[in-house]
Amino acid sequence: MSAASHLPGGGASAASDDAPRKRGLGGYLLLSPGGLWLVVFFVVPTVTLVATSLYDPSGSLQLGYAMTWHWQNYTDAVVDYGPQLLRSLQYAVIATIACVLMGYPLAYAIAFKGGRFKNLMLVAVIAPFFTSFLVRTLSWQYILGDNEAVVSLLRWLHVLGPEGHLLATPFAVITGLTYNFLPFLVLPLYASLEKVDRRLLEAASDLYASPFTAFRKVTLPLSMPGLVAGTLLTFIPAAGDYINSELLGNPTTRMVGNEIQDLFAAGDYPTASSLSVILMAAIVLLVAIYVRRAGTEELV
Amino acid sequence: MDTDRMRMQMLAEALRAGGPRAGRGIGRRNFLRGAGVGALALGAPSLLAACGTQSQVQSEETCGSTDLSDTEKTLIFSNWPEYIDVKGKRMPTLEGFETESGITVTYNTDVNDNNEFFGKVKDQLGACEPIGRDIITMTDWMAARMIGLGWMQELDKDNMPNVVSNLKTDLQSPTWDPDRTYSVPWQSGLTGIAYNAKYTGEVSSFEELMTRTDLKGKVSLLSEMGDTMLFMLLLEGANPEDFTDEQWSAAIGRLEGYVGSGQIRRFTGNDYIRDLNAGNVVACEAWSGDVIAMQYDNPDIKWVVPEEGLSLWSDNMMVPNKADHKANAEALMDYYYQPEVAATLAAWVNYICPVEGAQEAMEKVDPSLVDNELIFPSEDFLKNAYGFMELDETTRQAYDKDFAQVIGA
Repeated sequence: MSAASHLPGGGASAASDDAPRKRGLGGYLLLSPGGLWLVVFFVVPTVTLVATSLYDPSGSLQLGYAMTWHWQNYTDAVVDYGPQLLRSLQYAVIATIACVLMGYPLAYAIAFKGGRFKNLMLVAVIAPFFTSFLVRTLSWQYILGDNEAVVSLLRWLHVLGPEGHLLATPFAVITGLTYNFLPFLVLPLYASLEKVDRRLLEAASDLYASPFTAFRKVTLPLSMPGLVAGTLLTFIPAAGDYINSELLGNPTTRMVGNEIQDLFAAGDYPTASSLSVILMAAIVLLVAIYVRRAGTEELV
Repeated sequence: MDTDRMRMQMLAEALRAGGPRAGRGIGRRNFLRGAGVGALALGAPSLLAACGTQSQVQSEETCGSTDLSDTEKTLIFSNWPEYIDVKGKRMPTLEGFETESGITVTYNTDVNDNNEFFGKVKDQLGACEPIGRDIITMTDWMAARMIGLGWMQELDKDNMPNVVSNLKTDLQSPTWDPDRTYSVPWQSGLTGIAYNAKYTGEVSSFEELMTRTDLKGKVSLLSEMGDTMLFMLLLEGANPEDFTDEQWSAAIGRLEGYVGSGQIRRFTGNDYIRDLNAGNVVACEAWSGDVIAMQYDNPDIKWVVPEEGLSLWSDNMMVPNKADHKANAEALMDYYYQPEVAATLAAWVNYICPVEGAQEAMEKVDPSLVDNELIFPSEDFLKNAYGFMELDETTRQAYDKDFAQVIGA
């Protein structure tokens, strides 16, 4: 692979130049397993979800649910659960920013300064994944507990008041989200940074660019695909997450995932479904704007 | 470790490959266009087909079951965690049953929460499909709901002489199963207040639990609607066994106020135990047996009968439709209604024993528990205990929604 093909702007024309003149059915045939998978596990559930979101909300398991094209479910969901929806997006954005602030230096250090410890460091990043998601979140309950070292220290330093606590606050929920999704940001970012051609950096410095300018004009743009992929992999699941809020939050930190789960349990399928569709639409919209802004459409 | 590293490298490779050159062969735009048309073509008819769902109610006629107990000596039993006697890795009473009957029991502790379990099995039961379990154990209101939906098999009393003769009188005819046709109680229990004496003084009423300023942000309530709302109704001066819509709204408003004031830290399932032990929560709404079990490890944990009253409930064994081993299930239910077996079980789980004669049998098992009011409550002890009013499906859904909305402010 030549370095040039990775430069921004070089990709689109290269693709059309290389494209074969004749297109057979082979490609579609090869795509069919993936396509079938998409139909069974994405299209069908989505259609069912959208259909359920339009059922008559007064239905029950006893009476069944009638399809009445009840669009009002959507306005009801927004009115009743608007705050949780906004809160979810807000928490997810904060957690993503925190992940970038921590994850970029980490990925950079591994890619550029890792040397022979590179693999070891990568294993260290994913090591927490050897334990289940649930157990990792539960251990945060312990770390942030009211009578544990962290809170005691912060109280002693008067960062927290004598009755102040961390667990069951928005801080704890966002910490949990940040912690749980950090590796999803680091890994793709590392993959992008790792393949940055070092000769480009040498060239930059030969042309009198300071290390900072070289980073800003060479490394950062070349790592954009990884950064965008990483932030998406962090933001999207974080916005729909409910475990962190369930285990580390309080009644006022509930996210939309918690509400959807409760509505399903309470048997209110139409509202739960419309809320799910709204969440999905909101995420798709935000991601589309973000990707367009970031100028890395080729990635998605 | 190696596979994870491989996976990681594959992820890195995939991302590397997914750069600007990924669009070869089938153009991205073309593919998306094709996929969109395909999705529409497939989606439109199924959208029409998915219009509405039928009633999920079943009956003997629509969903009959066969019993293979004569040939298959097996039984699958789903129960709540920490709800059976354990010695090391063995379960003495259950092993006793296996030896006595020759039936092999698979014992699962996969019932963590009534609603959660309901969510897990409702689609199969509603469509008259087996759920792979011969006995499930559900709390009264959920048992009522499942029986109401016609999802449970009728039990044969002739196979259960011990149950017929030893089931306590006060449990014989709940409103939702007046003749105990579909259900047999496993254990009963009480909901009250627990506190951690290391961090706070005695908390003797719900009034205190909800308003004492030194408890602010350190109180948890149960996410089980029937338990928590029962106490809110009592605080409203209403009778939880017979209340009006207005009283319900007032009780919900009251709970909303407590949530808004920041008094309540969390709404929990069984997991309040952890928070209470660690002192993150210093006082909470709690189930009696859990707390007694906790006291063995942490004597600071206390359980009190709230001044307002108690919530009394039972968990009931039932045989779902399409379960293949009804007679085996009945044999197990009958076995656990022998007073000696019931006493052994109660001595370990510390919940209220539903079996007449178990108190006498307890003399031999553990004499110190004979007068334990939490296992063998006297009439006087239970005079302030309430059940929760039976609700029809529509009202339950409405109330559940009200409750869900408040606990998730």
